[in-house]
Amino acid sequence: MNPLDAKKIDDFTMACPVPISDYPHVLLAHGGGGKLMHQLIEKMFKAAFNSGELNKGHDSAVMKISQDRIAFTTDSYVVNPLFFPGGDIGKLAVNGTVNDLAMSGACPKYLSLSFILEEGLPLETLWRVVQSIRQAAGEAKVEIVTGDTKVVDRGKGDGIFINTSGIGVLEHELTIAPQNVRTGDVILLNGDLARHGMAIMAVREGLEFESSIESDCAPLADLVGALLNGGVEVHCLRDLTRGGLASALNEIAETSKQSIFIDESLIPVREDVASACEILGLDPLYVANEGRLIAFVRPADQDNALRIMRGHPLGRDARVVGQVDNKASVPVMIKSKIGARRILDMLSGEQLPRIC
Amino acid sequence: MKYLDEYRDPDLAKRLSREIHRITTRPHVLMEVCGGQTHAIVKFGIDELLPVGIELVHGPGCPVCVTPLELIDKAIEIASQKNVVFCSFGDMLRVPGSEKDLFAAKAQGGDVRIVYSPLDALKLARDNPEKQVVFFAVGFETTAPANAMAVYQAKHQGVSNFSILVSHVLVPPAMEAILSSPNNRVQGFLAAGHVCAVMGYTEYEPIAKKYHVPIVVTGFEPLDILQGICLCVKQLEEGRVGVENQYTRSVRQDGNARAREIIEKVFCVVSRKWRGVGAIPRSGLGLREEYREFDAEQRFGVSQYSAEESPDCISGTILRGIKKPHQCPAFGNTCTPERPLGATMVSSEGACAAYYRYRKHQPQKDAAVP
Repeated sequence: MNPLDAKKIDDFTMACPVPISDYPHVLLAHGGGGKLMHQLIEKMFKAAFNSGELNKGHDSAVMKISQDRIAFTTDSYVVNPLFFPGGDIGKLAVNGTVNDLAMSGACPKYLSLSFILEEGLPLETLWRVVQSIRQAAGEAKVEIVTGDTKVVDRGKGDGIFINTSGIGVLEHELTIAPQNVRTGDVILLNGDLARHGMAIMAVREGLEFESSIESDCAPLADLVGALLNGGVEVHCLRDLTRGGLASALNEIAETSKQSIFIDESLIPVREDVASACEILGLDPLYVANEGRLIAFVRPADQDNALRIMRGHPLGRDARVVGQVDNKASVPVMIKSKIGARRILDMLSGEQLPRIC
Repeated sequence: MKYLDEYRDPDLAKRLSREIHRITTRPHVLMEVCGGQTHAIVKFGIDELLPVGIELVHGPGCPVCVTPLELIDKAIEIASQKNVVFCSFGDMLRVPGSEKDLFAAKAQGGDVRIVYSPLDALKLARDNPEKQVVFFAVGFETTAPANAMAVYQAKHQGVSNFSILVSHVLVPPAMEAILSSPNNRVQGFLAAGHVCAVMGYTEYEPIAKKYHVPIVVTGFEPLDILQGICLCVKQLEEGRVGVENQYTRSVRQDGNARAREIIEKVFCVVSRKWRGVGAIPRSGLGLREEYREFDAEQRFGVSQYSAEESPDCISGTILRGIKKPHQCPAFGNTCTPERPLGATMVSSEGACAAYYRYRKHQPQKDAAVP
């Protein structure tokens, strides 16, 4: 869907404070540094994000951080369509950044937010995305402390591109990283796969499934916090984004120089998602997620970790899907549903739907 | 889930595997024709459930793999032209031509789009009358009815800015070419289930008789393939020869009459060149005279192209079941999915790609007794 054709919203109780009737679309001037940009920042961004630091209007935000170690990450978001079942580019931007921080076991605190807007984007669309960011930031308990706005000529962007960086604090002493993965570690997954990728595909390709598949876009910091506070010795975490479970496992296996064994029959995929994958000839193990993580923990911590995860709304369906065994000469081996073993390789390029 | 999980049941798979072990008393070489079956065999590790004596060789059943090099070059030439929207199924985009692939043509400014159906391409043509919309009509008989329908509709609705680049091939002539080759080792066939869903399987009966080979119409799930193998081996062990239908939930003996009707209306049988195999007479489909105006080769004047294959690529011998991917010297070093030398490494259905993805570190098959 062309983002410049986005429909009007009628589901917001809060009226957009920018005088949209004057300038219903983004103009180059909105990125020009003058009055129009100033108005956009004051009336739309600052009003929505309500951040003390942002409201100071300074070139950089200044925060006091009491911990020794901080986590720092950056990400860009170029998803098309801008809106999809279960989320939008704004929600994705906040949760994606929060999740990257959470994967070091950090408590996410502050986000920067940069917009690259395409000339002609309806301001109502931007307002909708901004509201979504505000809501997601509130849920994830992060503050948007600094930002930037640029506008590019019509045709040179996809409606909205977002870049973020995030800062989080490490309130524990563990080193949570692939280098810490040990032989014997069990691999826990917090829920079913492939929802996000298939939700996007469904909208992009105009496929209508009987049940609408919604993205699993969600902030995982709280779930990670529960594990750490519950005394689980977490060796490594990874959120499963582009490339899916298979890519994450391969990356960790290569970095940690271990080999991983996975049992396909233990991996949950919802029936409607699996059907959508089958129709398009896609493998759910390679499809994107936005609210799923894998945790590498000591076998002794397995039961406790599962109990904690299952007690959390984002981990109800948590389970063990495999183990680090260092037996094979390949990074990742998988036992198929009918019992035979094979290599689970990295994708080369993108997964392409099959012909027939 | 209906029609999927049941056909991936591990206990039933073991049962079929045990049955195949029980009835096999001597070696047999079977060929599965369809790339989707190759993919399933390697992905689920089906050949690990077979006794050592049963060898599966992979046939030329991937339409992407057998599309001749010069046709890719023609596609790229057309796609690179201004005002052309070139539509294709996904896996064609990565097939290497003489110099580059369609993805590269897209990156260099060609309007190349992935579609799921030729009717999507037709709609694009209707919605964009100032552009020339070309659809890359690749496939066996399975995709022919939809492609025929797109051309039929284009003619009768006056959508003159639509055309197709045809690369349709037929299964029975390919099977005959393999069976009549002096190096042939194939003793039994698993016929392509979805091709037969369209065409039926009466045309296989004379082949089975002439070459004395059992042919079993087989589906794509693990249990389908195991059952197909079981039926085929049974025939071989009992000295019977005939055509059997394993894929009864999708295939009838006379296939889909309406689908065959539209194919016959729009297409006629022509000779076609198969990448890696060579020209096989009366082995493909081309547009009939009255629909020739929708032939993209003619419309864009690219009929005279010719091209040379890479000397290192042995996909021809692989497509004929004479060699296996890991026996190719280039496999895994100069030829990988990232830098493929031939189509069998590019297409996800190609034997080389399947082997690379699921097997590259395991050159030998181990016998697995369940």
